[in-house]
Amino acid sequence: MSQSRSNTIGIAGGTGMVSQAPSVPGQRGSLGAQSLPHHQPGYTLQPKVDASGEVSSELLEIAMGPHHPSTHGVFRMDVVLDGERVVKLKPVFGYLHRNHEKIAENTSYLGSMPYTDRLDYLCSMTNNWAYALAVEKLAGLKPTERAEYIRVITAELTRLLNHTCLVGFLVQDMGAMGTPLMYAFREREKILDLFESLSGARMMCNYMRFGGCRVDLPPGWLDQAKAVVASYPKFLDEFEALLSENEILLARSQGVGILSRELAINASITGPMLRASGVNYDIRKVDKYGIYDRFDFRIPLGEHGDVFDRYMIRVLEMRESLKILTQALKDIPEGPIVDPKAKLRGFRPKAGEAYGRIEAGKGELGFYLISDGSPNPYRYRVRPPSLINLTILEDMCLGTTIGDVMVILGSVDIVLGEVDR
Amino acid sequence: MNSVEQIKTQIEVALPDARIGIIRNESPSAQHSLLVPAAHALAVAKFLRDDPELRLDYCSNVTGVDWLDAELTEKVKVKKLVDGVEKEVEEVKKTQRPGYLESVYHLYSMEKKHGPVIIRMRTENRSDKANLPSLTLVWRGCEFQEREVYDLYGIVFEGHPDLRRILMWDEFKDHPMRRDYVEPDDYEYEPTPHDEVAEKTKKHYPEASPAA
Repeated sequence: MSQSRSNTIGIAGGTGMVSQAPSVPGQRGSLGAQSLPHHQPGYTLQPKVDASGEVSSELLEIAMGPHHPSTHGVFRMDVVLDGERVVKLKPVFGYLHRNHEKIAENTSYLGSMPYTDRLDYLCSMTNNWAYALAVEKLAGLKPTERAEYIRVITAELTRLLNHTCLVGFLVQDMGAMGTPLMYAFREREKILDLFESLSGARMMCNYMRFGGCRVDLPPGWLDQAKAVVASYPKFLDEFEALLSENEILLARSQGVGILSRELAINASITGPMLRASGVNYDIRKVDKYGIYDRFDFRIPLGEHGDVFDRYMIRVLEMRESLKILTQALKDIPEGPIVDPKAKLRGFRPKAGEAYGRIEAGKGELGFYLISDGSPNPYRYRVRPPSLINLTILEDMCLGTTIGDVMVILGSVDIVLGEVDR
Repeated sequence: MNSVEQIKTQIEVALPDARIGIIRNESPSAQHSLLVPAAHALAVAKFLRDDPELRLDYCSNVTGVDWLDAELTEKVKVKKLVDGVEKEVEEVKKTQRPGYLESVYHLYSMEKKHGPVIIRMRTENRSDKANLPSLTLVWRGCEFQEREVYDLYGIVFEGHPDLRRILMWDEFKDHPMRRDYVEPDDYEYEPTPHDEVAEKTKKHYPEASPAA
């Protein structure tokens, strides 16, 4: 099968060519072009040649990306295929790298708050919170009660929109063009409207501050949020009726991209992907940061660690987020929005270091800060869940077909702004 | 969760050769860390992961820190004879600290749900002896993060299965997160340069400068 395949896609010099071919790999391109005059040399993929000049295999190397619709951004996978099976896959990063950490080390603590929005640009609220949490740990600040509630509300709304979009993108990768993704975007837009009326920006919210939040809720915001939360279960039911028992989704996702529990832990996988492999580890429950100990919610866990479990975990997590939102929107107290002792200007934490982390939509988002007593952080590090969750992408893809690679990558949930930083 | 002192003794009981240091953290977070000698790092890491009481099976965050050569000033009280009377006088004591690179690992336990335990390793210097053992064999999650530290700080992780640049391109020469990194002087063209950019313009195109 691979023989005929290699001829049809035009690998120069089939087995007949090899005996005459010189052993210098650089010259093979011209030879191939001669033997197949209708092929441009640039389109002629060369098989790997080993030291003795023999063609070692019929493997095909392709670069998926950096501009490929399924990579959700500028991201490349160098894939080696045997027929249609993946035998090697190396992700290539850095197309969106702008050295976020260096820029943050050259500006004040507050100055990099708007820049955290651009990490995972779907979830600016959780990025803000993780950074604010790390700085609060470093400086010993405590957010006000009302701010804590607003943080929980905005973070859970962010989780809702992140998971909704992810499900939309995932089924898009399976070939469900348009419709589910547009349903997801319709719901996301309702949440973005809330964010816009709260912070002035749909996506780049820049809303949280050290010791609280930037502005108080506009009048009527809580009622609008309650209406969105109340309407969401109906959307989820509809979404699930459309997808959860869909034959194509089941066929494409069940048993695909299985990640074992042991490997998931050892490879530092976090977030829904970890819990889909059956590990009960949610930082909202483990660290109880903010005020998460006050809410009643459960952690859905998967059994098989395949793509379907990752899909299902996200749907179930959305339902749990709705529970938290209902409670938080009911209990939110009046009060100041920011700790009056927190300084915005001339903010200089004492020398020391702190690592703060939260459960963001994609996994553990952490910020590691070292202060030397100056207005700029001496060291500013983002622990990007998207990047680290890609560590085992190759392990999950080996032996699957190229079509499943896209589904598996889609189920990891990456945003390249955070992967490359 | 045990304190850093307890973990230090636990390690030293299990691995008598390893001399573990404690780095205090004076900030309100009070996250103290353990300084592990590079020669014993792999054994220490395996112990921390496999010890039934600690079970630090999850290496969350790996990062590098660059510490330049520095002059440390310390105020020391010294007894001195001032005008024939012995007095306690504050003196500033200066010590030279050679620079080094540091790699920091934040460890948690998914099984026991505790953490963080922070371990650090230091290189001998910032130039030719910037080697540290890789902990990827203990925690697979270090793989990309150690590559990133190698890329941005230039710490060479020995024993890493695939140590290549990850964010910068392969032909890139320097390590941009180092504190003494100098940005290349390849500013973008501006039609009406002024201030700093105008100075740079003169350097690049001396004939185009107004004076010429």
